[in-house]
Amino acid sequence: MKFKSVFDIIGPVMIGPSSSHTAGAARIGRVARTLFGREPKWVTVHLYGSFAKTYKGHGTDVAIVGGVLDFETWDTRISTSLDLAKEKGIKVQFEEEDAHTDHPNTARVRIGDEDGDLELVGISIGGGKAEITELNGFELRLSGNHPAILVMHNDRFGSIASVTQTLAKHEINIGHMEVSRKEMGKEALMVIEVDQNVSDDLLRELESCDHILQVAKVVD
Amino acid sequence: MKILFRNVAELVERCESEGVSISELMIRQEMAVRERSREEVFGQMEENLKVMENAVEEGLQGVKSHSGLTGGDAVLIQNYMKNHTPLSGNLLMDAVSKAVATNEVNAAMGTICATPTAGSAGCVPGTLFAVKNQLNPTREQMVRYLFTSGAFGFVVANNASISGAAGGCQAEVGSAAGMAAAAIVEMAGGTPAQSAEAMAITLKNMLGLVCDPVAGLVEVPCVKRNAMGASNAVVAADMALAGVTSRIPCDEVIDAMYKIGQTMPVALRETAQGGLAATPTGRELEAKVYGINLKSE
Repeated sequence: MKFKSVFDIIGPVMIGPSSSHTAGAARIGRVARTLFGREPKWVTVHLYGSFAKTYKGHGTDVAIVGGVLDFETWDTRISTSLDLAKEKGIKVQFEEEDAHTDHPNTARVRIGDEDGDLELVGISIGGGKAEITELNGFELRLSGNHPAILVMHNDRFGSIASVTQTLAKHEINIGHMEVSRKEMGKEALMVIEVDQNVSDDLLRELESCDHILQVAKVVD
Repeated sequence: MKILFRNVAELVERCESEGVSISELMIRQEMAVRERSREEVFGQMEENLKVMENAVEEGLQGVKSHSGLTGGDAVLIQNYMKNHTPLSGNLLMDAVSKAVATNEVNAAMGTICATPTAGSAGCVPGTLFAVKNQLNPTREQMVRYLFTSGAFGFVVANNASISGAAGGCQAEVGSAAGMAAAAIVEMAGGTPAQSAEAMAITLKNMLGLVCDPVAGLVEVPCVKRNAMGASNAVVAADMALAGVTSRIPCDEVIDAMYKIGQTMPVALRETAQGGLAATPTGRELEAKVYGINLKSE
């Protein structure tokens, strides 16, 4: 079940005009921001399918950038996000892509600064709900049925144990877990699907574990 | 996961066996799934109700979208109602004006509550604030209206789709209208089974509706589709309360909607490539909105 809460249906409270193309898009941008952990210097967005065809009318561009600026779906600053980004000196670029994707509302968001960058692919599945399907080249195979946590970490011994120990301490059971890395000793990713709800406090606690770079909840 | 119902049949069955309303079952499921208290769940929904109230109020004062394509129709309808007796009845036109008000605010990038989406945000509040004048519900009953709507939307979202890009307008306004119809029935004192019939009757009459927004904007024809969604909901609710049933069960109607959506051409699924978007006037409006010279294309 992709939609678990009644507030996925009656909600979100948001700035118009489109839940999938505005609110869902803002949420994709905000996951990128949360995972990146700071305000980026540049944002490049590739839009596919219906996103590519109708993004201007729906404000998908302002929504994604609003999300990257850490705005919630109901934040009225979303409508002026492109101007706000300009004022902050953030370079914003949009590319319309013709390539066929599995989902009609797909965006590839790349953000970065002099210290690093991040790339993710998000899909907006309707009613303001979004899913992340790819992160930094790692394909995410999330069932969408359970809360999921993404943990970017340094590929060092003990980092996985510290995360799982913290989850165990809070009596949170792991239903599915994947660990991947591109190169030994470099950046790696944990994708963890759990059975219980994950609080923001717990996310912060995970972030303070050794060798952990960023933590974000992508499905709730 | 403590899911209490996966489809409409289970929803109705469970309500009947436990002797509770649909809104009550939805509240209980939300409490279980989110591990939250009744007060928290109820409180959050009341906040959404306030957002809807404000949006209707704002729209009835008159708004205009940035493109200039929509806005002001809610005011026209309300004025008409003051000076005439609408042929379709006061309640129906009131629902229509309030649905339009909500979507005009949405198109003007105002604050709304998606029900289940932003493009279809008018049907549920439009009908609620119109029916309210006749049924005089308590505040609690008004919040419950949203839980009942949510229960049916929950089933559609998980078994079919509520996305115009995936399933066309039938998935958005169709779902929204069906949700509203079911909620009207509960507020009017109908049974859970009658709510399901109202949902089925409404959605049946929205099947095949394509998503063809002019210039890709959630304006034309979205605002007026919400008007018709709201009227469809009120009429279907009355039919269900009268005892009329759908020959095709609600879950099968939802499934048919899903399959129709899957076979719908991409041009008619929120890409602004077909339908009304591709009419000469649709293209002309698009060119005007984006400042494109049609001849140079």
